Amino acid sequence: MAIWLSRSKKIAHLLKPKIAYFPQPKIAPSEFSYKIYENHVNSSSFGTLSGENIRSPHVFLDNSATMSALNRQWRRTESTRAGEQVETVPYSDDNYEDENQALDFPGGRVSFTHEMKFISEAADKRIPCYRVLSDDGYPIAGSRFEQVDKETAVKMYKSMVTLQIMDNIFYEAQRQGRISFYLTSTGEEAINIATAAALTSDDVILPQYREPGILLWRGFTLQEFANQCFGNSADYGKGKQMPIHYGSNKHNFFTISSPIATQLPQAAGVAYSLKMDKKEACVVAFTGDGGTSEGDFHAGLNFAAVMDAPVLFICRNNGWAISTPISEQFRSDGVVVKGQAYGIRSIRVDGNDALAVYNTIRAAREMVIHEQKPVLVEALSYRVGHHSTSDDSTKYRPVDEIEHWKTARNPLARFRKWVHKNGWWTDDEESELRGSIRKQLLNAIQVAEKMEKPVLAEMFSDVYDDLPSNLHEQEKSLRETIKRHRQDYPTDVPV
Amino acid sequence: MTKAMRLGVLLTRACSQTSRSQCNSQQIISRSFSKTIAISSAQNQPRDEVAHEEMTLLGSINNALDLALARDQTAIVFGEDVAFGGVFRCTKGLRDKYGKDRVFNTPLTEQGIVGFGIGAACAGSTAIAEIQFADYILPAFDQIVNEAAKYRYRSGGEYDCGGLTIRAPCGLVGHGGLYHSQSNEAFFSHASGLKIVVPRGPYQAKGLLLSCIRDQNPCLFFEPKALYRHAKDNIPVGYYELPLSKAEVLQTGTDITIIAWGGQVHVAAESINMVREKLGKSCELIDLQTILPWDEETVFRSVNKTGRVVIAHEAPKTSGFGAEIASAIQENCLYHLKAPVKRVAGYDIPVPHVFEKFYGPTKWKILDEVERIFEEY
Repeated sequence: MAIWLSRSKKIAHLLKPKIAYFPQPKIAPSEFSYKIYENHVNSSSFGTLSGENIRSPHVFLDNSATMSALNRQWRRTESTRAGEQVETVPYSDDNYEDENQALDFPGGRVSFTHEMKFISEAADKRIPCYRVLSDDGYPIAGSRFEQVDKETAVKMYKSMVTLQIMDNIFYEAQRQGRISFYLTSTGEEAINIATAAALTSDDVILPQYREPGILLWRGFTLQEFANQCFGNSADYGKGKQMPIHYGSNKHNFFTISSPIATQLPQAAGVAYSLKMDKKEACVVAFTGDGGTSEGDFHAGLNFAAVMDAPVLFICRNNGWAISTPISEQFRSDGVVVKGQAYGIRSIRVDGNDALAVYNTIRAAREMVIHEQKPVLVEALSYRVGHHSTSDDSTKYRPVDEIEHWKTARNPLARFRKWVHKNGWWTDDEESELRGSIRKQLLNAIQVAEKMEKPVLAEMFSDVYDDLPSNLHEQEKSLRETIKRHRQDYPTDVPV
Repeated sequence: MTKAMRLGVLLTRACSQTSRSQCNSQQIISRSFSKTIAISSAQNQPRDEVAHEEMTLLGSINNALDLALARDQTAIVFGEDVAFGGVFRCTKGLRDKYGKDRVFNTPLTEQGIVGFGIGAACAGSTAIAEIQFADYILPAFDQIVNEAAKYRYRSGGEYDCGGLTIRAPCGLVGHGGLYHSQSNEAFFSHASGLKIVVPRGPYQAKGLLLSCIRDQNPCLFFEPKALYRHAKDNIPVGYYELPLSKAEVLQTGTDITIIAWGGQVHVAAESINMVREKLGKSCELIDLQTILPWDEETVFRSVNKTGRVVIAHEAPKTSGFGAEIASAIQENCLYHLKAPVKRVAGYDIPVPHVFEKFYGPTKWKILDEVERIFEEY
């Protein structure tokens, strides 16, 4: 407790409890009185680091020492690693806590208080969202961010465009019946690409399923994407999983599995192994907003915190879990506030601001690796596409809402404005890129479609490291059946 | 193995959990049998040159974990209360010997423990997880069945968690009630990709556990907890493995085959002597040892010879693993069968505390079933 209730010395005096919500009840002195005091966590705000906000006490009520450290880090020098200069003092509350009377409780001393105070279930102000770029692509006055060089910025933008076009074309391919399923990342291109750009290729990704941009950034080719979607003989997954369940060991990208949040406790294990091997790398585990309701979310975050496992948890809060809005998913202020309960630093970022995501992930990665502990990032975005090709989201959410996020809050448009303003990108380059990517994708689809399926033996392989006798028998039996009823079986699978 | 060796297996070292008082010198629990195997498995060293020590089942597991941690620097042992030695003391002394980074407590979350183990295994660690009781493994069902079992398959071999072994104490103990008594191997037997092992004694536990730990598939290792302190073998102190997916014929016979695993082997061993004495029939006793993938060949060979089968297991009868064995036998050995395949199993109820003695298969229940078979068919 002492750790996450610790604060910068500079701010300790600001941490008076707030008596909020309910007026003091008028009661007889003999009766119990109780107050609900604010959860300091939730009342916090780190603002945009503008001079204006620095004057406001709210800006110092950071939800963790991290942001104070970060703020100072950026004020001092951008090259300094985050989190090194954290000055902390134990949380104290002069008004209500009796320092002389304390409980020697396992895990640390807990002071007593004569007040019966309940921690509030909600703050009066929601945790704000860190952003760098305004909607029109200008850095917000006072924002501190690490400058992204031209080469990186252009690669980021091109990758976002590529991801967008890939989604469009594969989506259409599914609609034409050429692949069985597809799932777009539309609206979440910035989270995908900016995260990838802020990591190194040694960082191990445990994806959910809406993060193909990481693979794209790491060099997984459009042909490789197409091969998986068509489940052909060049698919690394050997045609065993539905489309979009990519995976590639050489790209440090764990194979996607459909169950939700199962990767989160696994991330703690992978990270522990990296830690034992003293690797300069972390694990990056993704989940969506819906995934945070799973038991595995709890297990994963708690486990990583307790084991000091270097995991960067990223929640893409895109507002919708298929048709379930976040208002029906949790009562908390989103996901960011859950971090502190686990003893995990956390931050909320505008997921449609590529520069903000990039900076956040860079800083978070530094903390995770150099302090060897997990960090939670909640990236706010919006699932502009349907959940998948099996879904029609206009049945449960207003078209206007979708349109608003598709246009006014479009992450590509915003980032493009910034890149364009820097003189790094022209309209000609844009149209050339789009034409070229489109052509490459159509070609990749044709090649993938023509390529033969994996051989029948792959159907039984990889269940075990070696084929056990029962599977050998079952394969033999299937082959005999195929011989007798060849017309009942697909012809594109070599038997 | 010579016939003399096979006949020499009759030696009491451990007793069935329900009937320690019933143990007698005719029970088959094979210290000498174990030794024979030990020698043949331990690089064929002459018997005298292999250092032996008497160990309980929990002692042999502790010894196996010790050896695994010593020979494999990537091995980690973890679970609830594992650091101080575990509630059954299977991990006693290991943290002091190998450090808190390699032998450690985890939060109380079975899905977390298994998920963590899967991740660690995928990243190259040899992950040895302990679930405190098999009864509590079910929160991890999804991680085991949907994740661990399918990891290699779903990635086409890009990733696998073959370095994962999950240990869990199972079975009746005399007073465990609903939630400290279950044998849930059958639940997991539906998940191809897993290996499931249940040892019957210290010698087997050590050799099979070391095999599971080194095997490149996720393994579930269910330890009959009633035998933890009761079963004792004089076993090699050094490293040895016993083959997975191999059943062991503990007693050859001609008239009927009895198939069991874990603690039930001891119950069945008692019953075959009674069958011989009371009915004058010769039983063949098979310890299945590995539930998945199981050794069909040994079972079918025996059934084709005897023509009669009784399968004994503690888990409830309906959809117990005996159902799978019975089904496979009738598919493959029909013309050799002289009687229907019979099962003596737990009733289709939770394990009731005060009625536990009534719940499980006993030597009398097995004897009665054998007697009915010979009477009716």
